Amino acid sequence: MSLPAKMIPLLLLIVVAVVWGNTAIDTTQKLAAHSQQKASTTSDQSLNQQQAASLEGFNKMMDVLTHKRCVNCHPAGDRPHQGEDSHIHNFNVQRGPANMGAGALTCNTCHHEENNDLAGVPGAPEWSLAPLEMAWEGLTRVEIARSMMNPKINGGRDLKATVKHLTEHKLVLWAWEPGVDHEGNPREKPPVSKEDYIAAVKQWAENGAFIPEK
Amino acid sequence: MKISFNINGTAQTVDVDGETPLLWVIRDTLDLKGTKFGCGKAACGACTIHVEGMQTRSCAYPVKLAEGKNITTIEGLSQGDELHPVQQAWIEEVVPQCGYCQPGFMMATAALLNMNANPTDQDIDDSIVNVCRCATYYRMRKAIHRAAEIQNNNLLK
Repeated sequence: MSLPAKMIPLLLLIVVAVVWGNTAIDTTQKLAAHSQQKASTTSDQSLNQQQAASLEGFNKMMDVLTHKRCVNCHPAGDRPHQGEDSHIHNFNVQRGPANMGAGALTCNTCHHEENNDLAGVPGAPEWSLAPLEMAWEGLTRVEIARSMMNPKINGGRDLKATVKHLTEHKLVLWAWEPGVDHEGNPREKPPVSKEDYIAAVKQWAENGAFIPEK
Repeated sequence: MKISFNINGTAQTVDVDGETPLLWVIRDTLDLKGTKFGCGKAACGACTIHVEGMQTRSCAYPVKLAEGKNITTIEGLSQGDELHPVQQAWIEEVVPQCGYCQPGFMMATAALLNMNANPTDQDIDDSIVNVCRCATYYRMRKAIHRAAEIQNNNLLK
């Protein structure tokens, strides 16, 4: 069967359009691949990847640092908080001049180097309040991170020292061994395991200690 | 386990479970009954003693932590026959009613006076948080100020 002569130019046009189109798509794909390859070797792209990795660690770390096991002893006022509902510490307990209690009522009147599950009194080495300038109560995750990284108010710690504090200090790690309360009920632990938290802090720090804008 | 400490100026070694609250070692092993059990949760202060001069809730203090420490109970507050200023003030102001919680209050007060020779009412509120079922708080406040006066002016009888 032969095509009508008047349709031949139309078919040729279609063939040319398809071939040109395929060529154009192929070229576009090649250009995109080339562009991607080039971008992956630039510092900007590398920084973005680092930021993403750091941010992933940041989010997991902050799930822990904003938990009541941490914030109860980083209050914005001169009274510690306690309990799952973060109520003001019973017994009129005060911050005091050294963050260890007021007058003769010090933290160590009741709290010692380890939990006392018979009495339901928590304990760990250096049990005390964080200084007022390290208050986290009421701050956003970003504000906590900025505060934590400010050597003027973080005890003069650089990033290495901050990571060491966050991942090795026994009072910080107590959060995963919080013992039982006065009724014998286990205290709530942070929502991330200790191992995952430590890995997250290191991932955040090793990738630039990125702090998002919001 | 064997634990050695100094209590009321006397060296002692006890052989007990290290997790035993020091309160029960004081009362049952050493037979010093002045220190009282109240809540067992470090809340009421009836069991208050001194560990290295600092007020400590003995019901929440495992005896193993007492190794090598200096401990004072109400029995060791005075020196020989001479009353401690806190004891004399407590007598003068007739503070106790039923009396059960008073040793804890007196030990807390003595610890406060060790740190602060002239406590204000605010200092007292911040440092003495024990619980008294008879509500002797008003007389105790007067007695604490009187104890400071006795201590500062050598008014011991």
